[in-house]
Amino acid sequence: MTVTKAPTEPPAQQRTIRRPGDRIFAGAARGSGIFILLVLAGVAAFLISEAIPAFTASSEEIPGGEGLGDYVWPLIAGTLLGAVIALLVATPLAVGIALYVTYYAPRRIATALGYVIDLLAAIPSVVYGFWGLAVLAKQLVPFHEWLDDTLGFIPFFAGPASTTGRTMLTVGLVLAVMILPIISAIAREVFGQAPALHREAALALGATRWEMIRMAVLPYGKSGVIAGAMLGLGRALGETMAVAIILSGGAGATLNVISNSSPSTIASNIALRFPEATGLGVNTLIASGLVLFVITLAVNMLARWVVNRRADFSGAN
Amino acid sequence: MAKRIEVSDLNIYYGNFLAVEGVNVSIEPRSITALIGPSGCGKSTFLRSINRMHEVLPGARVEGKVVMDGQDLYGSDVDPVDVRRQIGMVFQRPNPFPTMSIYDNVIAGNRLNNKRMKRAETDELVERSLRGANLWNEVKDRLDRPGSGLSGGQQQRLCIARAIAVEPDVLLMDEPCSALDPISTLAIEDLMTELKERFTIVIVTHNMQQAARVSEQTGFFNLNGVGQPGRLIEFNPTEKIFSNPDEKATEDYISGRFG
Ligand SMILES: Nc1ncnc2c1ncn2[C@@H]1O[C@H](COP(=O)(O)OP(=O)(O)OP(=O)(O)O)[C@@H](O)[C@H]1O
Ligand SMILES: [Mg+2]
Repeated sequence: MTVTKAPTEPPAQQRTIRRPGDRIFAGAARGSGIFILLVLAGVAAFLISEAIPAFTASSEEIPGGEGLGDYVWPLIAGTLLGAVIALLVATPLAVGIALYVTYYAPRRIATALGYVIDLLAAIPSVVYGFWGLAVLAKQLVPFHEWLDDTLGFIPFFAGPASTTGRTMLTVGLVLAVMILPIISAIAREVFGQAPALHREAALALGATRWEMIRMAVLPYGKSGVIAGAMLGLGRALGETMAVAIILSGGAGATLNVISNSSPSTIASNIALRFPEATGLGVNTLIASGLVLFVITLAVNMLARWVVNRRADFSGAN
Repeated sequence: MAKRIEVSDLNIYYGNFLAVEGVNVSIEPRSITALIGPSGCGKSTFLRSINRMHEVLPGARVEGKVVMDGQDLYGSDVDPVDVRRQIGMVFQRPNPFPTMSIYDNVIAGNRLNNKRMKRAETDELVERSLRGANLWNEVKDRLDRPGSGLSGGQQQRLCIARAIAVEPDVLLMDEPCSALDPISTLAIEDLMTELKERFTIVIVTHNMQQAARVSEQTGFFNLNGVGQPGRLIEFNPTEKIFSNPDEKATEDYISGRFG
């Protein structure tokens, strides 16, 4: 073995060599980051400055004449109700679909099913709106009556059951179909990536397929499913056309999801009222938009917190 | 309860590719059997066919018989899940469940077998298994931490603890020390010598000294060429294999005159 002699000349001042490729890429990445922040700040600034007149105006000047709180509150309730119904229905369904596609279905069926689900995402929301109004609403009328009869003691199903089916329940179900592809696509992706190492560990301990999924796939995919559900929730909260078409809308805040008097949602209310709004009416609508912005932001931060809470155990390390 | 395993005329396929051909061997209870041979000759494949882990890969299948104490493991009425509960496995790469704590990792298999156990019982089982795997002293203060936070050697011993916690009849180990330092390796070898009092152990290893140190019986796998199936060339007491093997190929391999 030869021993290399220590360099005789004194070591030059330590200097990081930066290659042009690195510099360009770092610049581009930083630029993108700054750009998205600027856009966000711009939108927030616009919302806030346009909403301020509505916040400072007296109650009588706000449309409805009862003040901003009374105007926005039913809309918040409607927005949350519809989105929560959608999420409650779509998430378990999406997880089931994703598990079936990744671990149960024969490969050919799995691929075909994957395409069909992706196709759901390609349908414009106006089409969903008309489908909900023309087909689903009518089909769901008996279901509304059944809920009223059997579960009427729960405030959500207090009735009277709608005879047209144009209710928050129908809206929630349509929204569920709309967000299904988003959640299931992400769930499929993360479930498919559950490491073979841990799946085999479970199987070798004598786990059945379902137990293997519970031990090695679901815990691994949990944060992905939550992220997908939040993306879906974001879409459901902000959905405009489908809701505007289905709901007749307009009453006060209520938990009742099966009657005709469901309040509208923030987004669809803005879409319906904005063209004719003037003066303070515009500011009021923008204020409601600001509320939607804050709700969505809060939901996303909550999701992030849930995902990070047990980061040690996430399987990412 | 250690059990004897008799393998007869076993052919193992990946789809249409015959990976291992015509294995006949009898594995003794309460002993360590080592499997050696060049890379790609089918040692892992054979090992995984003993506890029916082979067939979890799409298209993978097996012909022939594996009989454990009179029961054909590939019989039509045998559930592979039951087979795997009786025959535990330790993999080449440590694979504790990253989403579980050390404690939960140890009892993961027991949770599958019987749903309800008293807290005191599981505590006792966890301590016994971790002591059995020579890991207790290192982790007893952080049982609620994730298993993936341990060193590689500790993770491997955690996997051994997990495998022995269910009291299997047979323990299969696929190169369990290949990612470990000499000290952890020795710890695991000592552990195997203790465990063979209770279990039948089959270990795949590339380390000749290890095979010579720990095993009673040694099987030598080889293959004639690329694309040819691997075969069990020789199966004999370890002393004989390493001093005076029956086959020329075995001698060449052991003395390093062969890839
Ligand atoms: N999942 C698989 N699909 C197809 N062929 C495979 C698969 N796994 C292994 N094989 C093939 O089966 C043969 C035996 O492989 P095996 O992994 O059993 O070898 P090994 O003796 O364990 O080798 P090593 O010592 O490198 O671990 C090889 O030809 C290999 O290419
Ligand atoms: Mg191998």
